[in-house]
Amino acid sequence: MLSIPCPYCGPRDVTEFSYGGDGNVRPPTGPDAASEAAWSAYVYLRANPRGVHEELWQHSAGCRRWIRVTRNTLTHEMHGSAPARASAAAS
Amino acid sequence: MKYSLFSLARNALSHHERWPRAWRSPPPKQFYDVVIIGGGGHGLATAYYLARNHGITDVAVIEKGYIGGGNTGRNTTIIRSNYYLEPNAHFYEHSLKLWEGLSADLNYNVMFSQRGVVNLAHSYADLDNYSRRGNAMRLNGIDAELLTREEVSGMVPLLDCSSTARYPIMGGLLQRRGGTARHDAVAWGYARAADAGGVDIIEQCEVTGLRRDGNRIVSIETTRGVIRAKKIGLAVAGHSGHIAGMAGLRLPIETHVLQALVSEPVKPVLDTVVTSGAVHFYVSQSDKGELVLGGDLDMYNSYGQRSNLPPVEHAVQALLALFPSFSRLRMLRTWGGVMDMSMDGSPIIGKTPLDNLYLDCGWCYGGFKATPASGWCFAHTIANDQPHELNAAFTLDRYGLGKAIDEKGGGPYPWVH
Ligand SMILES: Cc1cc2nc3c(=O)[nH]c(=O)nc-3n(C[C@H](O)[C@H](O)[C@H](O)COP(=O)(O)OP(=O)(O)OC[C@H]3O[C@@H](n4cnc5c(N)ncnc54)[C@H](O)[C@@H]3O)c2cc1C
Ligand SMILES: [Zn+2]
Repeated sequence: MLSIPCPYCGPRDVTEFSYGGDGNVRPPTGPDAASEAAWSAYVYLRANPRGVHEELWQHSAGCRRWIRVTRNTLTHEMHGSAPARASAAAS
Repeated sequence: MKYSLFSLARNALSHHERWPRAWRSPPPKQFYDVVIIGGGGHGLATAYYLARNHGITDVAVIEKGYIGGGNTGRNTTIIRSNYYLEPNAHFYEHSLKLWEGLSADLNYNVMFSQRGVVNLAHSYADLDNYSRRGNAMRLNGIDAELLTREEVSGMVPLLDCSSTARYPIMGGLLQRRGGTARHDAVAWGYARAADAGGVDIIEQCEVTGLRRDGNRIVSIETTRGVIRAKKIGLAVAGHSGHIAGMAGLRLPIETHVLQALVSEPVKPVLDTVVTSGAVHFYVSQSDKGELVLGGDLDMYNSYGQRSNLPPVEHAVQALLALFPSFSRLRMLRTWGGVMDMSMDGSPIIGKTPLDNLYLDCGWCYGGFKATPASGWCFAHTIANDQPHELNAAFTLDRYGLGKAIDEKGGGPYPWVH
């Protein structure tokens, strides 16, 4: 079972968390001017790496905060976590 | 050699020690008309139909491990065509029809067993939903029967249909023509038949890079040298994003682990496939007597092809709530496979922004049953450079065009489909 390092609560079982997906998808800047392709890339396209992935989780059965976790999708190694707004690399 | 009662008898005389290899194992050539990356059921079926339906025989299937070692050999083999939306209904029904003739077509027993698939209804809303789905299926010419609680209980006597059941049974939707097949036999049967049609099946050969020049892939780098091809088909399931990334493409796909487990073998107790959408669980009994069960994804991106406890616990809890009498069975094995989860739960079979690269992926939980039709349609798409009418809706660009095919209405969250 994965142990997710919550920056607020410390390491907790994955079953306490809900997954929020890729943490690096952003809506296009200047939404009115953005092309349909840019919108569709934001909604649908994912890097889906086999390796390091920065992702969002909510500690839904704990402190209920959204956090940003950096994890390896092949080895499941944890590389750190941070509040959702921050960059995980800073932790 | 044709497999028959006669060849069986003849080989019995030599104690079954002289059966010839079922397919050759040639070294890769430097150039092919078509290279299919991925030796799962889909890749092998594609190669077979390229040869059989389109006369394209200068074809290689490149597999990094052994054929069928991916999801094809890891799945729980449920076959059905009980879909609501038109593109899925016609595509999966074509697949089911191909399954019905597959053993004879391939001259290989894929042990297709039409034991029926029952979806359990646990509430009036479930029943309404299933009658709507069943009616849609029947309008599309697909068999469907709505069952009462008594009919379900008669078909599946061990199911807890009592009024105190944890998950009350209100009825169900039955597709009698659904069932199961032997997964390895599907890979082996397609491999043998493709090989007989001239296709090179190349195992232990991992694709490590795709060299791109403008809008074309000019060469494929593999652990067994560089291979070039006029056309390249990608059928690598959970590795689709990884390999498309080698060509600089991003896909509407995420990779997630799905697990299954089997119990110790017991005498025949369950002669149909039972699934519950509400509990998210399914079970059948294999010909060896093991109960085969599965349920949820791990729910986070993963390329780790292995099992993990929480979904196993969920599946066992669901099994015991539905079938209390199984409580003393021991579990024998668990395993996982990496799924190509698409953004609408429906597959992608078609062209890509690159001129000579074609894509077959997005199979989510349910690509085993699609194997024959996927190969059929993907071969057609590659041969003609345009889709067959059955996969015309499954394009890569449908998402941005507002033409997603979202059976569940789950939205663009791949792990919910
Ligand atoms: C636990 C589980 C239960 C399932 N249950 C069902 C079910 O009941 N019914 C159903 O219809 N479907 C089910 N599925 C889904 C089904 O198994 C798949 O959708 C289907 O088998 C996919 O076939 P494929 O040929 O596309 O992929 P695969 O069989 O995975 O083949 C892809 C191949 O590509 C190869 N490959 C990957 N990377 C490379 C590379 N770099 N170079 C060369 N080769 C590479 C892999 O080794 C693999 O052999 C289940 C899946 C799992 C994991
Ligand atoms: Zn917390």
